[in-house]
Amino acid sequence: MSDHEYTPKSKAGKWFNDRLPLLTLANHLTDYPTPKNLNYWWTFGGILTFCLITQIVTGLVLAMHYIAHADMAFESVEHIMRDVNYGWLIRYIHANGASMFFLAVYIHIFRSLFYGSYKSPREIIWIIGIIIYLLMMAAAFMGYVLPWGQMSFWGATVITNLFSAIPFVGEGVVTWLWGGYSVDNPTLTRFFTLHYLIPFLILGLVVLHIWALHVPGNNNPVGIDVKKPSKDTVPFHPYIVIKDGFALLMFMIVFAFFVFYAPNILGHADNYIEANPLVTPAHIVPEWYLLPFYAILRSVPDKLLGVVAMLSAILILAVLPWLDTSKIRSAVFRPLYKQFYWILVADVLILGYVGAMPAEGLYLLIARVATAYYFLHFLVILPVLGLKERTIPLPLSITEPVLGGSPNMAMAKKKESKIE
Amino acid sequence: MKNILKLFSVIILFSVSSVNVISAEKVEFLKTDWTFKGLFGKFDRASLQRGYQVYTEVCAACHSMKYLSYRNLSEKGGPEFSVAQAKAIAASFEVTDGPNADGEMFQRPGKLSDKFVMPYENVKAAEAANGGAYPPDMSVLVKARGGGVDYIYSLLQGYEEAPSGMILDDGVHYNKYMYGNKIKMSAPLSDGIIEYSDGTKASVEQMSKDVTTFLMWAAEPSLEARHQMGFKAIVYLIILTVLVYFSMKRIWSRVKSEV
Repeated sequence: MSDHEYTPKSKAGKWFNDRLPLLTLANHLTDYPTPKNLNYWWTFGGILTFCLITQIVTGLVLAMHYIAHADMAFESVEHIMRDVNYGWLIRYIHANGASMFFLAVYIHIFRSLFYGSYKSPREIIWIIGIIIYLLMMAAAFMGYVLPWGQMSFWGATVITNLFSAIPFVGEGVVTWLWGGYSVDNPTLTRFFTLHYLIPFLILGLVVLHIWALHVPGNNNPVGIDVKKPSKDTVPFHPYIVIKDGFALLMFMIVFAFFVFYAPNILGHADNYIEANPLVTPAHIVPEWYLLPFYAILRSVPDKLLGVVAMLSAILILAVLPWLDTSKIRSAVFRPLYKQFYWILVADVLILGYVGAMPAEGLYLLIARVATAYYFLHFLVILPVLGLKERTIPLPLSITEPVLGGSPNMAMAKKKESKIE
Repeated sequence: MKNILKLFSVIILFSVSSVNVISAEKVEFLKTDWTFKGLFGKFDRASLQRGYQVYTEVCAACHSMKYLSYRNLSEKGGPEFSVAQAKAIAASFEVTDGPNADGEMFQRPGKLSDKFVMPYENVKAAEAANGGAYPPDMSVLVKARGGGVDYIYSLLQGYEEAPSGMILDDGVHYNKYMYGNKIKMSAPLSDGIIEYSDGTKASVEQMSKDVTTFLMWAAEPSLEARHQMGFKAIVYLIILTVLVYFSMKRIWSRVKSEV
């Protein structure tokens, strides 16, 4: 937390603050010194907080009207859409809110990858972030099951069946997860319970995520340590608050466009057909935000290894701070890494695309190559690159980012060794 | 400003590509000018009323619409029959109610609060009467099919002679737009099969358009309210964004940095 002492001005404030230092906390949050060169990619933390709160609030209202029962879930969603006042609005915000949440989280993660925000001393922030991301995927998947449409039912069947790949106990685990011998009412009720629980776990982790962030302070586009507070920083309020607010409003315009003018475009038509265990849809596809991992899963011919590959693809991110051997954070000063970064972005987009296509022929081949490259990037390219790459000299501070001469370079090196 | 543009282009790229991936199914559907599309899209009231007539006189023989109530027919943003008309429509159906004080189920005329009466008791009965194929409930049918309204509109006009070489089983028909081209429903519409009460000529094309409009409303009864609110919300957001942008510029002018 911040180093300076804070004493409330009023007597009552002081009395309260001595017993519970909420005012100190509020003061810390307003004064929090933030690098003044943060660009708009840094506004997504605030946007994500907005997304989480939106999902929780709309979710609460939906839960008041939704019925978690295999025979009534689909109907209760239609009841929300038709008979609940503004039910259609709340449901469409919640459904599209999930997509917006993931859009924002992917930008947030890829920002971190570009500017090296996961590197020392921010590893814990990063790992908490990965846990949040995992929980988001679990929450989104279970939320998609709740309307009990065809994609809900068959998506749940496919994903839960992955656990059957576990040697020896797999089948038992799946039965245990289902609460029966197929996806049915017990599965639905437990998914609803967990779908309700997870957002609050995420909320708690978000608090830790921000707390951990406030220890070293924000990384920044230049990626060097900033003295705080100094001429390189601005207080969080009003500078960052207004900037985050501006970016959030732009984000909300896009959000509103989806909610009001294309509310079903990100969903699958089959989910408006009530779940039917006897009819399998022609293509079972997850929501768009899970497609890259779905592609990885399907690109491995063996079921168990496919599951392992899919999980590793996510978990590999957790050890990223140790896989990336470069001490330089920002890709701005890493000309080679910058190129590999964009190749990785393209690779993930390609995986997402083939994940939506049938796993056959050319698509399968592309998926395999892209999967291989994904792991190659993290396991080979990053460790080697950090040792071999010739980086561009770092500036001494973010206020004087233009550097040329060699004396400065030496100083930059010195600065760099201090970071270690 | 450059960064803002970059950011916006990423988000728009995402939106466009997601739309492309989803509409990747490659069948050219018949096109018509739907009045309910676009920023200010509204239903054509007369078309909705005619569409209801097509539904109730043709489709309802086999297809249920179990999530709609008769009261919906007089609600704002729908066909907007008068309350008296909607009551009369409801009363023309026999509804099973009960049990009464003697424990007996009984028949009574429908009321506004009743759900649309279903043509069959249950799914099994529907299948039995239709050669094993269940005529899907039509409440959200438009949203449950990939091509949406264009698909339904095309399907209704897509009945043709099967190409030579294609063998069709008994009770199976050829349809250009059906997935796999085989459909159990026989061509439901033919010119003049019904007589529109407003005197419009009941061509297959006209009926297809009307009934599809009606189905769109049935699946999305709040579409008009959504479009109206959406426009206001987005205009409001844009104005607020501009104001916040200038406040931000003002606040950041105090420090030597760019936003």
